[in-house]
Amino acid sequence: MRRVLMLASGLWLCAVALIPTGCSTVAQVGTMAGQAAGVITAEQAESINRTAAAVEKTYQDITPEQEYYIGRSVAATVLGSYKPYDAPALNRYLNELGQTLALYSDRPETFGGYHFLALETEEVNAFAAPGGLILVSRGLLRCCRSEDELAAVLAHEVGHVQNGHGLRAIKKGRLTSALTILAVEAGKNVAGADLAEVVQAFEGSVTDITSTLVNSGYSRAYENEADAAAVRILARAGYDPRALLELLGAMKPILAADARGFAKTHPSPETRIQHVGGLLGPSRAVPAPAARQRRFDAATACLR
Amino acid sequence: MLRQDYVLLFALALAGTAGAETLRVQVQSGQVRGTPSFLGGVVATVGYGQAVEVVSEQGPWRQVRTLDGRAGWMHESALSAKRVKMQAGGTAKTGATSDELALAGKGFNKDVEAQFKAAHAEADFTWVDKMASMKAAEAEVERFVKEGGLALPGGAQ
Repeated sequence: MRRVLMLASGLWLCAVALIPTGCSTVAQVGTMAGQAAGVITAEQAESINRTAAAVEKTYQDITPEQEYYIGRSVAATVLGSYKPYDAPALNRYLNELGQTLALYSDRPETFGGYHFLALETEEVNAFAAPGGLILVSRGLLRCCRSEDELAAVLAHEVGHVQNGHGLRAIKKGRLTSALTILAVEAGKNVAGADLAEVVQAFEGSVTDITSTLVNSGYSRAYENEADAAAVRILARAGYDPRALLELLGAMKPILAADARGFAKTHPSPETRIQHVGGLLGPSRAVPAPAARQRRFDAATACLR
Repeated sequence: MLRQDYVLLFALALAGTAGAETLRVQVQSGQVRGTPSFLGGVVATVGYGQAVEVVSEQGPWRQVRTLDGRAGWMHESALSAKRVKMQAGGTAKTGATSDELALAGKGFNKDVEAQFKAAHAEADFTWVDKMASMKAAEAEVERFVKEGGLALPGGAQ
């Protein structure tokens, strides 16, 4: 009787959970009912669940904790080929600015939070690993002439994190193999062949994301989404959203002369200027306090 | 007290129970704040997967009560309606214990990261850990916002 009650309450929980998030599948609810009624065995139920789950996995099934671990390995991989720029005052400023900006985003809180680090390279580049580990090159930092422009850079990267663009670069089949094991075996110790499969899927996911960030770049649609998020964040925070346009203008000649980084992975500044221009309302001069420019100049002195 | 009053009280109690929404913390350290603001001061922290009861809403903020009775405000991005898979020993009432959270985190976790690290000597986790420790305290954010003439964060958006 107690078992039946537990199953019944489990069913109710699943039904409730299904409404807003779809966390359990219809198949799972069905197999639970089937087991409760004694129509199918636990093994059959598991097999059905596994097959059903295999069809349904998407990046949205990745839990924030899993996103955090994927992001750490993506950042570690990027840092394997791009040396960090160990400038404590600059990195402290990047974190103050970036973590403040994230508070105005649609996703201010992630599992491990947002963290920022400068990279030593002179190529114009930035990488946002899932969960909020954001890397920005010296070359890109040197394009920025004000805190508002630097805020535009960091807000664009926060936009990628907020929209889960990194996770969406993971190939579908890979997610399915890993998350199917996790969904069905979550209550057990994953070991042996299953563990090997999970590790393999993890490595594959990290590779999918890293090669998208470093080599192929996101689709134009994702870049537009990140630029739109940046404009919203800047406006909410009290920065001038036009700083994004000004920065793109400043990047134009630099990207024309350097085919690495953004020139390879991002739409051209002209294309982005056209898109961002359409998002901005009528011009509104936002006078920046002198203290804002002073702290920017002080923190970025090491770049000049 | 009249009999109707008892009936009314009972009905109110019932409505209160049915209306309370339970959400789960989906960040490593869920910050419960004194006011609905990122500058509202942290009054309690709640771990990943733990349940909180939502009392009321204000924009992106949820007024919550933790299972041990502490109250405050959490941002909606720190909360999820997803159910944490219940393990043996955990009950809906107490939420998952810390062991069960580890189980809920099976898959892409510390152990998998360790295996990845062992197979990729070039990956730089030392700097990832340094990055993770770079965190502006609430007072620093407040100073940064005020000095820079920025809008106060976390209000109505």
